[in-house]
Amino acid sequence: MKRIGVFVCHCGTNIAATVDVVKVVEAAKLEPGVVHAAEYPYLCSEAGQNMIIKAVDEFGLTGVVVSACSPRMHETTFRKAAAKAGLNPFMVEISNIREQCSWIHKDSKDGTEKSIILTRAAIAKVHLNEPLHPGESKVTKRALVIGGGIAGIQTALDIAEAGFPVDIVESTPSIGGKMAQLDKTFPTLDCSACILTPKMVDAAAHENITLHTYSEIEKVEGFVGDFTITIRKKARYVDMKNCTGCGLCYEKCPVKKAPSEFEQGLIKRTAIYTPFAQAVPNVPVIDKTQCIKLKTGKCGLCEKVCTPKAIVFDQQDELITEKYGAVIIATGYDQISLEKFGEYSYNSPDVITGLEFERLTNAAGPTGGDLIRLSDKKKPRSVTFIQCIGSRDTSKRGKPYCSKICCMYTAKHAMLIRDKYPQIEVNVFYIDVRTPGKNFDEFYRRSAEEYGVNYIKGQVGKIIDQGEFLTLQSVDMLGGKRMDLQTDLVVLATAIEPVKSVRIIASMLTASIDTNNFMTEAHPKLKPVESPTAGVFLSGVCQGPKDIPETVAQAGATAAKVIGLLVKDKLMTNPCTAESNEKFCNGCSACTKVCPYGAIAYDDGIVHVNKALCQGCGACAVTCPSGAMDLQGFSNRQLMAEVDAICR
Amino acid sequence: MQELMKAKAQEMLSNGSVTRVLAWKKGDFETNPEPAFFTKHVDDMVYNQYCATNLSNFMVGVEKEEGKTLVFLKPCDTFSFNQLLKENRISRDKAYIIGVGCEGVKVIDEMQETGALLEKCNVCTKIKHMVYDELIGEDVTRRVTDDPLTRFKDIEAIEKMDAGERFAFWQGEFSKCIRCNACRNACPPCGCKKCVFDNDNYDTAQKANVTTFEEQMFHIIRAYHVAGRCTDCGECTRVCPQDIPLHLLNRKFIKDINALYGEFQAGADIETLGPLTDFNIDQDAEPSIVYDRG
Repeated sequence: MKRIGVFVCHCGTNIAATVDVVKVVEAAKLEPGVVHAAEYPYLCSEAGQNMIIKAVDEFGLTGVVVSACSPRMHETTFRKAAAKAGLNPFMVEISNIREQCSWIHKDSKDGTEKSIILTRAAIAKVHLNEPLHPGESKVTKRALVIGGGIAGIQTALDIAEAGFPVDIVESTPSIGGKMAQLDKTFPTLDCSACILTPKMVDAAAHENITLHTYSEIEKVEGFVGDFTITIRKKARYVDMKNCTGCGLCYEKCPVKKAPSEFEQGLIKRTAIYTPFAQAVPNVPVIDKTQCIKLKTGKCGLCEKVCTPKAIVFDQQDELITEKYGAVIIATGYDQISLEKFGEYSYNSPDVITGLEFERLTNAAGPTGGDLIRLSDKKKPRSVTFIQCIGSRDTSKRGKPYCSKICCMYTAKHAMLIRDKYPQIEVNVFYIDVRTPGKNFDEFYRRSAEEYGVNYIKGQVGKIIDQGEFLTLQSVDMLGGKRMDLQTDLVVLATAIEPVKSVRIIASMLTASIDTNNFMTEAHPKLKPVESPTAGVFLSGVCQGPKDIPETVAQAGATAAKVIGLLVKDKLMTNPCTAESNEKFCNGCSACTKVCPYGAIAYDDGIVHVNKALCQGCGACAVTCPSGAMDLQGFSNRQLMAEVDAICR
Repeated sequence: MQELMKAKAQEMLSNGSVTRVLAWKKGDFETNPEPAFFTKHVDDMVYNQYCATNLSNFMVGVEKEEGKTLVFLKPCDTFSFNQLLKENRISRDKAYIIGVGCEGVKVIDEMQETGALLEKCNVCTKIKHMVYDELIGEDVTRRVTDDPLTRFKDIEAIEKMDAGERFAFWQGEFSKCIRCNACRNACPPCGCKKCVFDNDNYDTAQKANVTTFEEQMFHIIRAYHVAGRCTDCGECTRVCPQDIPLHLLNRKFIKDINALYGEFQAGADIETLGPLTDFNIDQDAEPSIVYDRG
């Protein structure tokens, strides 16, 4: 019989205010094998840990139960304490009486009863615990950044500066991301390209950074410190070594009908193209869905004019396999589709989104920065912005969250118009104006007070395109009146959402995502840039809406965490891995099919678990029909013992 | 048909292309033929509407033996064969399968014909052989029902009961169980080397000895263990000496799996991953889809 010590934490009043900790101690004392039970205000403190260490010695404990907060919080703390006392750290079990009891129960009686039950379950489990010994695994000192926007570029630069090689995988032909499309940036109104392009060039030139543009993640294997990742470099049909970036090819390309992704479809591009003038790398790609040569075999004009002979029509996709110690997801965002928002008449050329406005007002944009209506090319007499299109929308068609950047970029847009064209009237419909951030509220007030932008509290119910102008059926809530506002151009502050492909990437990396497809952090406050999957880190909007200053700050934080991992030579592996009992295995191989890590091999009627690959998820253990597969530290017997203790 | 089968079996035994023949032989009465291996002569071999046994399961026993086995399989038996193949319990190259036609299996009571067909035959839709090397008399097989949902009628009736009635119904049935293990032995997917009920690694074995846990839980746990793998061959019910309608448990699982994961027939092929051991990003990872499924 084990000699078990039970330690109940008050967590100040966090637990003790709702749970009668003394009663929990008394109940624990009655359990078989419990030779010592005590409570303490803060078990995680040094004094609390010393109390456990002393008790192990004094009472000759062989198992420890700590009834406190979530094991995600302090399991490691208490395991380390047990190890100091000479116990195997895996002889410690945590029962979570804070998150699962005191925080969710208002009634002290219920909270106490449940705490006793959970403590009992942990005691029952400890009885079956066996010492476990972690192994070691190596760390490949190379990082992979998925996404080449400002988040990915900054993370890569910071890691590279620390001396580690970094690869950036970017799905489009150039790095730069959304920030490359922007005109000016709030709250200082400096030109986006002016501050971004030097970073793009730095990234391309850095000796530790390798760019894989026009590339996607194909396959992920392995785990923290030792990922093996296959990257698909899509055929560009242009030899990157030979191309000089002269641009003759796209000047001559006869196809001029493809909507330009970079210009938000406002103008057309050629079949061979670079997305924008400052693209990095400055090597065009051929859009195979548009190219006449690739579709019909005729044409080939670009090949004829290319003096360095860089056009390669028979180029194939290339697969690159590389090992990485850490992966950073920096996939960014898109604006949501406005399909379900028919009332805003987005199909009218004079109703545009915020990102389209960025291109329209950008000196490098399709109109050279000249603000015109796309329908009749006339200068608008008035422009109206509508906030929260699909943001803070609890109906199913929109997003429940605040997109965070729209209030500020709308203030910026409004200010830019009033600055350049003081004769144009500018209105903004808003629900609230949200401007937390350094110099943000000052910026917004400047737009309203100094630049004379009309802020109208209220929403627009319907936009009717009347040809000459647009009529906005709307409500001025402060004035308390319904109105039909006539305006020439409408800009919709469209909600942002994580790019669709993030789901696939997250699945490949087994990193979790929330209901809005944002990547989940390991802990919202204490581990905000780590995903719950070890070795996978988050940077930028993939984790939640944020502006450029926040993105760059987070990118630096992410890089610091990645560097912290890459400087290690070895990692301790989790000893809670699956193990198959050969005597019971009947070789059905169902486990090999459910294992997400490819850790189980089937060989001549029996399966073997590769301990280095197994992450201890337990999928195999529940799938195994004959109970041969078991998870160390979470064996079927241990779990059943817990259930029995709870049901007793 | 029986003569054709016998001739073929004798031919293959004599020319050495198979080491043994797995078929049915004459029992003590005409109405109770039994499964048998033939290694020299097949004089005693029979095939008629009393030949109920699903011979697929007997292939497991000769898997480790030398030589090839000629096995006769009715259409529904081939589903079990595939399922066993999928779980690596038998190998395809050790079997020569002759698919035989089936007109339905007759119900026998006190060694007398009752005039009825087995319940599974009345709702049978498995009229094609899923795996075979050759066919004999396959055209005698006929589709009994055009409505594949017929087999779920009994399940729907039980689903309509309230919780109390349902509990009473199953308690009544399970209390008849004498734990002879016939169902366990006859069931093709029930293939653990050591059953959890006999396994000291689980506390179930000990519980089974001292509480009513066993009679209540044995069949339910068994049904869970074969969920997604049961082909609905009906052997469990047929071999039960206490007439417990065990197939109803399995069929409830099949009905639910069809509703939750889309139509699935275990043993229809050997490639499709089982619905409970398969993970598809588009269909299984979306929380709202899982939520809507209930």
